[in-house]
Amino acid sequence: MGNPHKAKAERGVMRWVDDRFPATQMWQEHLSKYYAPKNFNFWYFFGSLALLMLVNQILTGVWLTMSYNPTAEGAFASVEYIMRDVEWGWLIRYMHTTGASAFFVVVYLHMFRGLLYGSYRAPRELVWVFGMTIYLALMAEAFMGYLLPWGQMSYWGAQVIISLFSAIPSIGPDLAQWVRGDFLISGITLNRFFALHVVALPIVILALVVLHIIALHEVGSNNPDGVDIKQKKDETGKPLDGIPFHPYYTVKDLVGVAVFLFVFCVVIFYFPEGGGYFIEQPNFEPANPLKTPDHIAPVWYFTPFYAILRAITFSIFGLEAKFLGVIFMGGAIAALFVLPWLDRSPVNSIRYKGWMSKVMLGLFAISFVILGVLGVLPVSTGRTILAQVCTVIYFAFFVLMPLYTRLEKTKPVPERVTG
Amino acid sequence: MKKQLFALLFALLPVTALADGGLPYSMEPDLHDRESLQNGMKLYVNYCMGCHSLEHQRFSRAANDLDIPQELVEDNLIFSPDLAFNDQMRIAMHSDDAENWFGTAPPDLTLESRLRSPDWIYSYLLSFYRDADSSTGVNNDVFDQVAMPNVLEPLQGVQEKVCASTDRHIKGQSPDPLTGKYQSCDILRVTQPGELEPDEFKAAVHDLTNFLAYVGEPSKLKAQALAPKVLIFIFILGIICYFLKREYWRDVH
Repeated sequence: MGNPHKAKAERGVMRWVDDRFPATQMWQEHLSKYYAPKNFNFWYFFGSLALLMLVNQILTGVWLTMSYNPTAEGAFASVEYIMRDVEWGWLIRYMHTTGASAFFVVVYLHMFRGLLYGSYRAPRELVWVFGMTIYLALMAEAFMGYLLPWGQMSYWGAQVIISLFSAIPSIGPDLAQWVRGDFLISGITLNRFFALHVVALPIVILALVVLHIIALHEVGSNNPDGVDIKQKKDETGKPLDGIPFHPYYTVKDLVGVAVFLFVFCVVIFYFPEGGGYFIEQPNFEPANPLKTPDHIAPVWYFTPFYAILRAITFSIFGLEAKFLGVIFMGGAIAALFVLPWLDRSPVNSIRYKGWMSKVMLGLFAISFVILGVLGVLPVSTGRTILAQVCTVIYFAFFVLMPLYTRLEKTKPVPERVTG
Repeated sequence: MKKQLFALLFALLPVTALADGGLPYSMEPDLHDRESLQNGMKLYVNYCMGCHSLEHQRFSRAANDLDIPQELVEDNLIFSPDLAFNDQMRIAMHSDDAENWFGTAPPDLTLESRLRSPDWIYSYLLSFYRDADSSTGVNNDVFDQVAMPNVLEPLQGVQEKVCASTDRHIKGQSPDPLTGKYQSCDILRVTQPGELEPDEFKAAVHDLTNFLAYVGEPSKLKAQALAPKVLIFIFILGIICYFLKREYWRDVH
């Protein structure tokens, strides 16, 4: 009857279950006996909030699917049907649209936490790589979801992004056509995006989240000091600076959830369009392949990369500017994947790194924000130059990292966590 | 910290950042003003619905939200024998015919207030003027060469461009040093009175715009009524969670 060393309930129903399925074992491994450092700060709320947003997106998404019509003829009207005729449809839809933006807000903050405290460093490389893969899948998920309301910006935003594939030499135009399934974006594209958005990508994202958490629990959580709490244990083998995730962090995260939900609900109830950034104004008009909007801007969470794409206005080695732009845009995301192998610092956390790391991370964050703002705005000469400067800073952060993290003088790391 | 600011920046950017620049008039929709909304619906059905449908808006929903009895709607606001109380506010005109007659099919206006903004609709409806060069006999300051005739002219009267002085700032011109006013030959003025006085007409257009603002998002009424309850609940939940956390963390040193 199973492994005798596994944790099991003494008696009753749980004992019966434990003899057949490691329920108590899993509960202990991942919650009640998963020791997390006791010094998590504000930045550590965003992991659980990302999970909350994932659940929100899946639940509201399932209910939207019940009334949504994935055809070019019916999509736009079915969204309005949900907004008006479906009981609580407006709330479900706004939870989904606001949820998409909120998901990216918390994911960006969660990733920035990783950068601050070196959460990507050994032995957490796979935690980081799985996380980055989630981010990538999430971008695909959001991009495909944005086509579904079949508004003008849905249509033309997708047109612009898919046309990027056509910039790839020789195979490009055929590849773009293959992605669209048609010569231009049509009901066929909408159907496949719907299938990918509601079935394929959610499965991928859920699987990746499981991998992300299993990898994390295998190596243990990092903390703002970047020290390993497993180095100092008490006589029973528990880390001295560790506390069980449940109940300590479950109750703490509940506070974060309440604060987050408050802000989230203010947006849902009072500013569901997010000032035109969560739902763009042209999207209140049905997609029209014959009428291009005056200004096409992707949703805000893509704009830093869109600005990098547009910043490349010159060709090198015979490669066209548009193709180079695509390479740089892809490179901007790819660079994040290899971060664990670029950082050569003897310390993990920004608290103990030298001034060069601090300056570079600060510049990186500022350039990312500026690129995000520039990506929303129409192009002008001055803005292109600014975008180019920010693109250089963005890449310098990664390319120069092996140098500045090795050269700089770091502060001594305490043996145990502080504060 | 910077990314937090980034998030905040987007949350706080005012809607006006995207609003159409340089509109001559502005209005603040008031979804609680039933009288205004009812009058707006009456005006819409009588003056606009010949050409512009509200494809996603049901008569019954508007009647419920605006407190208009069913019989009143059926007797006075539904003209087509093909339409029933629970139907959407569709029109009889076929879009192909409309395109032949006007050059472009009059758009559905359900979401116009969200696509363009109430300020735009309000300004647009007030900015028609007689123009002999135009095929419809009128032009519009907000939407140049618009295909739509000035259907509200019987109410407004004939509005024309005249040369006059104005308080409004005119680009590239310095004001008169004595009066502080600007001189312009683009001033819109009613030269032949209509059924309504200028102020009454403005109020009517306000009601019409208010109605279209309601139609753009009928759930807003419900959302704003629900919001305080939800927020108070979350606030109390937050306080309880905070004390729960403090209690649990008492033994963490």
